[in-house]
Amino acid sequence: MLEIKNLHASLEEEGKEILKGLTLTVEAGKVHAIMGPNGSGKSTLSYVLAGRGGYEVTDGSATLLGQDILGMEPEERAAAGVFLAFQYPVEIPGVGNMTFLRTAVNAQRKARGEEEMDAATFLKVVREKAKELNIDAEMLKRPVNMGFSGGEKKRNEILQMAMLEPRVCILDETDSGLDVDAMKLVADGVNAMRSPDRGFLVITHYQRLLDHIVPDVVHIMVDGRIIKTGGPELALEVEKNGYADLIGEAA
Amino acid sequence: MALPQAKLTATEVRLAALCLPSAPGWTRLAREAALARVRAMGMPGRRDEYWRFTDPADFVSAEPVPATHHARQKIPVFDGMDRVKLVFVDGVFDATASDDPALAGVEITRLAEAQGQDIHWAADLYGTLEARGQEPVDRPLAALNTAFATDGFLIRATGRAEKPVNLIYRHESDTSDAILHHVIKIEPGADLTVLENGPSAARFNKVMEVEIADGGAFHHVRVQGRDHDRRAATHIFARLGRESAFKSFTMTANGALTRNECVIELTGDDGVAHVAGACVGDGADFHHDDTVFVTHDAERCESRQVFKKVLKNGATGVFQGKILVQPGAQKTDGYQISQSLLLDGDSQFLAKPELEIYADDVACSHGSTSGAIDETALFYLRSRGVPRAEAVDMMVLSFIAEAVEEIESEEIREEIVERLAQWLARHRG
Ligand SMILES: Nc1ncnc2c1ncn2[C@@H]1O[C@H](COP(=O)(O)OP(=O)(O)OP(=O)(O)O)[C@@H](O)[C@H]1O
Ligand SMILES: [Mg+2]
Repeated sequence: MLEIKNLHASLEEEGKEILKGLTLTVEAGKVHAIMGPNGSGKSTLSYVLAGRGGYEVTDGSATLLGQDILGMEPEERAAAGVFLAFQYPVEIPGVGNMTFLRTAVNAQRKARGEEEMDAATFLKVVREKAKELNIDAEMLKRPVNMGFSGGEKKRNEILQMAMLEPRVCILDETDSGLDVDAMKLVADGVNAMRSPDRGFLVITHYQRLLDHIVPDVVHIMVDGRIIKTGGPELALEVEKNGYADLIGEAA
Repeated sequence: MALPQAKLTATEVRLAALCLPSAPGWTRLAREAALARVRAMGMPGRRDEYWRFTDPADFVSAEPVPATHHARQKIPVFDGMDRVKLVFVDGVFDATASDDPALAGVEITRLAEAQGQDIHWAADLYGTLEARGQEPVDRPLAALNTAFATDGFLIRATGRAEKPVNLIYRHESDTSDAILHHVIKIEPGADLTVLENGPSAARFNKVMEVEIADGGAFHHVRVQGRDHDRRAATHIFARLGRESAFKSFTMTANGALTRNECVIELTGDDGVAHVAGACVGDGADFHHDDTVFVTHDAERCESRQVFKKVLKNGATGVFQGKILVQPGAQKTDGYQISQSLLLDGDSQFLAKPELEIYADDVACSHGSTSGAIDETALFYLRSRGVPRAEAVDMMVLSFIAEAVEEIESEEIREEIVERLAQWLARHRG
């Protein structure tokens, strides 16, 4: 479903290469996890896939359901089904959470030639999903992520994901900053969305999250490349021994 | 002190093009005094301290720069509201287009008709607040207005007005040069809302003097829009009594040259004065200037100045705002913020924020910023599927929000936001 081939990407300004020939395929219905040391390029990969400016793809490709996404604008990628849960969700003063979410849902529907969701239905669906994530109605009224705690921001990302129903969900350290209960809520939210026509790419540093969201495949990313791919047991190995052995092995 | 020759000449040229009304009635003395002030101050020039950022030449010229009037295609703002309409066309009152000015709790009289009548409260006020406002900064265009105003309204609120008074300024002639002067008095405990809208004239000079007695409240919402060539110099002079409130908001879109001055004096304890503005300008032919002067001369008063400017394609925004706290004005709470959002590198924002404080127990803050769209936030919105142009508009509206929130009426606030959104949608790219 999401196919990344030999992807090379550099910082536009400094010309520094961050992704150095990354290859990865997320099949529909599967959950892939990426682990890797700080600075290995995990967030960069997620940004390059979502279309953030400031990076230049110098080689390779990324397709979603056979469609090249690298040439698309961020909003076109979103409409095509790419969703990124940010490592650091952005605060936007003055833009209401609900207005934003409804605009986003309907903009995507419009881009896909689907009918827009009316206000009443939207409200009902949001309330239901927010409740499941333990996000209170008061929070939804506030501006986007303003005054949200770290954990609340992460839950809000999952709420957006649930509303937008993407085809591929990229979660960048969604577990960081979450307490045990919130982690469970987020994991339940993600698990509820697992379906045969949706893929997940879960970036994390901790095995903990993967206890709740059990991955099908685990990749180890070091210095802009995948150096090892395996099953859930690979995450346990990292948890126990760190990356040193794996890096040594690959060298 | 003799005026420099250039100022003297400019003043004579301007005055030669004007004449005092033939039957000024009780306004005669005020007009003559104002004319003397004009001669003493001279017309504004580029070298004057508060005209460095804005060139007054088009306000000072004998004839106005012609302004093409745009045929009205949209429904005017405030149209859906229950209000008393008072309509001017190129500065000339249009009785047939206006409502009957009978309104419970409010006396409304035309200046041009009142000059022969004996209206004490107005005679005491006309030109008085303007004259007070000449210290410490000269405002010669306002004095010129007091001397030569052809019409305006004298509005006295004695109770709670049941609906707003809407002053509408239509523009039809390409060369109209309108001078209007309103005098408003809010008696103790009375409450009035005044709305203003319309492109006015090719050149518009307007003064509004507002006296708010103890416990009175005055709300003002103004929309200046549409005609690109319009040039307007407006002044509000407000004096507030004890526990009174003054709240004014102005939205400006388009207009080659706008200078809105607001001079507020808090003279009674526990008064509240808020003045806010949001302007959106597109193109090098847009120049908008807010010049505000708030004087605290009583205890525990609160003042807020909130000005937001969105500028693109070479537009210019100016903010000059001052809070003056007089000796003895303890527990003053003064706040001032002026911000601009520059949507490109060609636009500019010039700001002169000032604080002058002579009391020791006060809380005053001011801030002025100028910035571009936050790219991180923009990407966040787009990554959720919101198209770029729409995302930019959302961020612009969020930038303006703090100013718009100064409008108390939710109905009006929503209408203003809607108008701003429409303007932004028309001016994408
Ligand atoms: N905009 C940028 N400017 C400068 N350096 C950058 C920028 N973006 C990424 N980098 C650099 O690229 C490298 C990869 O960063 P990235 O954030 O992708 O790592 P990561 O794997 O997500 O790390 P972490 O586990 O700490 O989140 C780092 O060395 C980082 O400093
Ligand atoms: Mg990261």
